[in-house]
Amino acid sequence: MIIDIVVITFVVMGLVLFSVGTLGILRLPDAYTRMHAAGKLDTLGSICLLFGLALWQGRHFDLAHLIVAAKILLILVFVSFASPTATHDMVDAGMRAGIIPWRKGDKRR
Amino acid sequence: MERFLFYSSLFVLLLMALSLYRAIAGPTPLDRILGGNAIGTKTTVLIIFIGIIFERVDMFVDIALAYAMLNFIAVIAASRYFHKKGREADFY
Repeated sequence: MIIDIVVITFVVMGLVLFSVGTLGILRLPDAYTRMHAAGKLDTLGSICLLFGLALWQGRHFDLAHLIVAAKILLILVFVSFASPTATHDMVDAGMRAGIIPWRKGDKRR
Repeated sequence: MERFLFYSSLFVLLLMALSLYRAIAGPTPLDRILGGNAIGTKTTVLIIFIGIIFERVDMFVDIALAYAMLNFIAVIAASRYFHKKGREADFY
């Protein structure tokens, strides 16, 4: 089926983005760099994965399955607004609290 | 295809267990907030995976939407508390 190939492509893309985001959370040396990696990659990975699951839900083409797929797309819209706002708020809280950013040559914090 | 979705949901669960290290052992409180945010973003996807495995997505999609809203409010409240209470001498 052609819908299986499309859904597998979107799900694998989302899983790769989640993996790189988790690698950035574990490896990078500072709180700000970790938030840079985690915010962007978790947002785009959630968008890809939720779009693939909405396509997989809407493959039956009934009314009930299409309404549930539209609800999954509404979750996608909410995540695409909320996750960058949460990341910006965490960075703003760190700058107001006085955490100095990491420079080249410092030790890993 | 069902087996592929099941194993991909297990992979998301493994990534959540790896993000839990940063939420437990982060040096600053900001790292702990970040780990909680990463785990919550992955849980929103994992609940829909569970609904597809059980073939009851019409029930689980509302739980996923409520969890996404609750995670957003929790992260904003925790970061607001952190920049009210935080000083530089507490971290280093």
